[in-house]
Amino acid sequence: MSIKKEFLKGLVEKNPVMVLGIGLCPALAVTTSVSNALWMMIATTFVLTCSNVLVSLVKDYIPSHIRIPVFITIIAAFVTVVEITLKAYQPEVYTSLGIFIPLIVVNCIILGRAEEFASRNGVFISIIDALGMGIGFGLTLTILAFFRETLGANKLFGYTLIPGFKPAGMMAIAPGAFITLGLMLWAMNRIMVSRKHKK
Amino acid sequence: MEIKLFITILFSTIFINNYVLSQTLGICPFLGVSKKTDSAAGMGFAVIFVMTLASVITYFIYKYILIPFSITYLRTIAFILVIASIVQLVEMAINKLSPSLYRALGIFLPLITTNCAVLGVAVLNVDSGFITKEFGLLMTIVQGFGAGVGFLLALMLMSGIRERLETADIPFNLRGMPISFIIAGLLSLAFLGFAGMSF
Repeated sequence: MSIKKEFLKGLVEKNPVMVLGIGLCPALAVTTSVSNALWMMIATTFVLTCSNVLVSLVKDYIPSHIRIPVFITIIAAFVTVVEITLKAYQPEVYTSLGIFIPLIVVNCIILGRAEEFASRNGVFISIIDALGMGIGFGLTLTILAFFRETLGANKLFGYTLIPGFKPAGMMAIAPGAFITLGLMLWAMNRIMVSRKHKK
Repeated sequence: MEIKLFITILFSTIFINNYVLSQTLGICPFLGVSKKTDSAAGMGFAVIFVMTLASVITYFIYKYILIPFSITYLRTIAFILVIASIVQLVEMAINKLSPSLYRALGIFLPLITTNCAVLGVAVLNVDSGFITKEFGLLMTIVQGFGAGVGFLLALMLMSGIRERLETADIPFNLRGMPISFIIAGLLSLAFLGFAGMSF
């Protein structure tokens, strides 16, 4: 029961981007296409899961006043693994995500989960927490990317949707990202409020 | 001749490629600390200082340690540790030298470690190939300083608008984060106008 709860909280109730408001930089920057968003989700979930496992294994041996530098080093090591692997096997993804792969290190979600969850809980439950949070993060990114890719480039997974339709280029750049996420948060607030009224 | 190049780099990092509004880096502190103008200014100046210092130190580390030993793939780990220690050192130094400045900036300094714009500027300095160029160090300093000024500018603009929003009559569901994102989108749209400027 508790496993299900820990997994689901990352998806809705404590969704990192929509509710906690962290991990916003990659959410805004890489969501120009759905495939970029999915790759970002895979990379972040991998780093998050690995760092949560390692942190929960070594938590008893780290003196508490140096824990943050230790956590950051652990995270940076896994990010380097992702960086090298993507560069070797998926060079296209590596170029299109660009600077946002090294920047996974400073994604507050990962450090936040290490500090808040993995350093206080066992290995297995930390994995569940990491998967929930990673997928919740990726889900938001995918929805955001869906709107931005369809409206901003008239494409989905690289295929043209409506031939002859001139896309709104603004959606593909920074202003479109900000405004789309703002409207998504508004819609989410709206749904939450109407749910509360029903109860 | 060089002067013109430096001015171009400075203007482009402040206005055209503003780190916050056109590259969506450093969004978490941008939305987190922009509620009041005083704290926005404090955060902005702290970021200018750390970014300039981090650019210089990562330049030397990359050029004289990572390249000679051909371990450039470790740059993510090296840079994030350097930034974390700079932040820690700056915090201690300011605390000793000027307690009044520490009281003004103190609470923002730990937050800067996870500001992705700082790591972003360090990685972008390397990616833009300043290392091998003549006057590379100066270009790095100018880019780091400009990125910080751009961050301060975006933060000040945003906090000015948000102070007025406090008293505005906003639909209930849009209050808080959603309206902030939409405002940020409009600001970013305005900054697009600078993209037409050329030197």
